[in-house]
Amino acid sequence: MKSSKVTRVFFTVSFVIFFLVLLWEGYKWMGQQTDDLWPGTNFGLPIATNDTIMPHFVDVVGELTAEIRDGRSSMPMYAFLLKKAWFTFQEAAIGFILGLTIGMGLAVFMSRWKVSERGLLPWINVSQTIPLIALAPVVVTWGRNQGLPDLFSISLISTYLTFFPVAVSGLRGLQSPDAAHVELMHSYAASWRTTLFKLRLPAARPYLFPALKLAGSLSVVGAIVGEISIGRKTGLGRAILEYALRYAIFPERLYASVIGAAFLGLSVFGMINLAERFFMRRTREVVS
Amino acid sequence: MSEKNAIRISDVDKVFNEERDDEVIALSNINLDIKEGEFVSLIGPSGCGKSTLLRLIGDLLEPTQGSVEVFGKSAHQARIDQDYGMVFQHAGLFDWRRVAANIELPLELHGWSKSDRATRSQEMLDLVKLPDFGGYYPRQLSGGMQQRVSIARALSFKPKLLLMDEPFGALDEMTREHMQIELLRIWEETGTTVVFVTHSIPEAAFLSNRVVVLSPRPGRVHSVIDVDLGQRTESTREDPSFFGAATEIREALRAVEEQE
Repeated sequence: MKSSKVTRVFFTVSFVIFFLVLLWEGYKWMGQQTDDLWPGTNFGLPIATNDTIMPHFVDVVGELTAEIRDGRSSMPMYAFLLKKAWFTFQEAAIGFILGLTIGMGLAVFMSRWKVSERGLLPWINVSQTIPLIALAPVVVTWGRNQGLPDLFSISLISTYLTFFPVAVSGLRGLQSPDAAHVELMHSYAASWRTTLFKLRLPAARPYLFPALKLAGSLSVVGAIVGEISIGRKTGLGRAILEYALRYAIFPERLYASVIGAAFLGLSVFGMINLAERFFMRRTREVVS
Repeated sequence: MSEKNAIRISDVDKVFNEERDDEVIALSNINLDIKEGEFVSLIGPSGCGKSTLLRLIGDLLEPTQGSVEVFGKSAHQARIDQDYGMVFQHAGLFDWRRVAANIELPLELHGWSKSDRATRSQEMLDLVKLPDFGGYYPRQLSGGMQQRVSIARALSFKPKLLLMDEPFGALDEMTREHMQIELLRIWEETGTTVVFVTHSIPEAAFLSNRVVVLSPRPGRVHSVIDVDLGQRTESTREDPSFFGAATEIREALRAVEEQE
């Protein structure tokens, strides 16, 4: 990436954040002037603007640097959130890698045998209609019975969300080469395996990476939901749950922890973007 | 041109979706011998099974009845032995590979060393007159250039037979005529046997030693026309012998239509 591009991205992001903050504070200011009514009417605003519902942006940012207690020690909020996010990231990363492996495995299997596509694909779709909240305690109980660490059970919940987009888009991608390309490999007497590695997998990349970005975000969501339902004390999900319960006293803290979760999601997204740049560097050169 | 047969097609039938409601008899009772070093075109209205016949020779399809021999062995064995290279209507290059890497694909599959591959792909680029384009990506090349890369890829492992399925069908007329001259030069330089599917009468007349006219539903050999234009150049296209050959092919195709 050229440095001019970095500056451009930096300014775009800064501008968007500035604009959103302006919108937040402007709306809050307006509500404060009119007692939460649309100006000149008797209609109420959709969201109340008092400091509990909508704390000032500076207060949320201030909360990030405020000292808080974590067990016996004390540390700034941002360090506390980073520590929590690191746990959640580990769970999400294991979930993502497992989901990627299982998803690609299923995609390859289904592209190899048409019958298995018809047999498996409906079940893969059905799997996503089960609410995660209902599934999580089952996975946790089962995991504890098997003597698995909670971290792994949470990763499994995350896997459950991530394997799906990988399997569906992976299959699409593996099936994407033209008939002529497949015939060409056939004319070279190439084995199924050779065709997979030389043709199908490279051709699947443009289908796979958007799905991986989705899977990356989902892996974080899965890990957070997993933590909340398992009651694990370590992760970001636990922090969010605790601050949600104490929202009335410290609304800024919940917002701060949500910013932490968003930051984690964005970091995962960024990592997958970097991977895409690396694996698709050749085709990129032509386009840009 | 030797007297040895490169291809022997005997009593071949090809039926798709056999014994189903949508059964199609694509080819019926095809007998055709093609000599080594010969340039033979398959021409006919759409649906006459010319592409199917080409795929039978390449063992990309199997005949329902009869046999296809390539260089004295079964078509299947000839495919396993990599006796032929194939060129499709759309170049079918892999977007993610540079031009040189595309040409080297079959060599890679055959386990050639990296340096041998590089040497050969450069030879091939020279052959198709794109010596400086090895480092480009296919999408950076024009349609005609892509098709030349596709021919280079098909010839990279020096097969004795080249199967071409309307290779110039997607090109504009001027590029097409230019490519025909190039193909004849390559054919003469390499001594490869060529089976060429087309639906262009002038193209068949200009390129071929023999033109096989097929009739549709079911596909049969209607007639085989010998063409001898000698050494072909751009001026051949304005020569009476060329018009004569084209007229003969055109009349055969008209007769095919009237049959229907």
